[in-house]
Amino acid sequence: MSMTMTDTATLDAKIRSVLHDHGRLNQDAQSITPETDLYQAGLTSHASVNVMLALEGQFDIEFPDQMLNRAVFSSVQAIRSALQELGAA
Amino acid sequence: MSPQPDSGPPPVRAAPQVRSGIDIVQISRIDESLKRFGGRFARRLFTLRERADSDQPSVLAPQRYALRFAAKEAALKAFDLAHEGINWRDIEVVPSEGGRCSLQLHGKAARLVDPTATSHICLSLSHDGDYAVALVVATCRDARAVDPH
Repeated sequence: MSMTMTDTATLDAKIRSVLHDHGRLNQDAQSITPETDLYQAGLTSHASVNVMLALEGQFDIEFPDQMLNRAVFSSVQAIRSALQELGAA
Repeated sequence: MSPQPDSGPPPVRAAPQVRSGIDIVQISRIDESLKRFGGRFARRLFTLRERADSDQPSVLAPQRYALRFAAKEAALKAFDLAHEGINWRDIEVVPSEGGRCSLQLHGKAARLVDPTATSHICLSLSHDGDYAVALVVATCRDARAVDPH
């Protein structure tokens, strides 16, 4: 099932909220673009773990081992794709 | 003196290569994660043995978890595994004699770090104040020590 633009916007807003609370970015998580490189924006490996755990709690999912890599948490868009793949959308 | 048969130039032996990775972690932030996510943070990232080693005495738990987290991240860097999808529990810090710690690799991490090409993995841990640091150095017999594919 394809996502509507509203679904995508809602999901991105939830991801941004988690990034705001746990990502410790050096810029406002609410105003970054979906493509912004989160590591360039200050996301550390430890903060990415916090983001992952917060997303798992919020969406009641678990990231499998193969998704525990830098690319999955590199942008809002990448996180959104992973969440969609895990059926969180 | 009879001439020696021409055996050509001496064989070139590849010099051992060294791979290294370092990571620094703020202990208070690890403490924050332990409190914020309850047991989930510890269970997700650390083996049963690492949790047993870290939880007692509880006053040192944040420091011990921070050192182990830094070690795992340092190993991911040393072996260029950050893009591979490695379970953190597959990189385990185990105490050895004399109060030192060493690394044991399991699962996918062990499969990707070729034991026939990696001769030795050294781990050094340190902390001061609110910071924990880990350094992983591995000597490799050749450049194929890590074969992601």
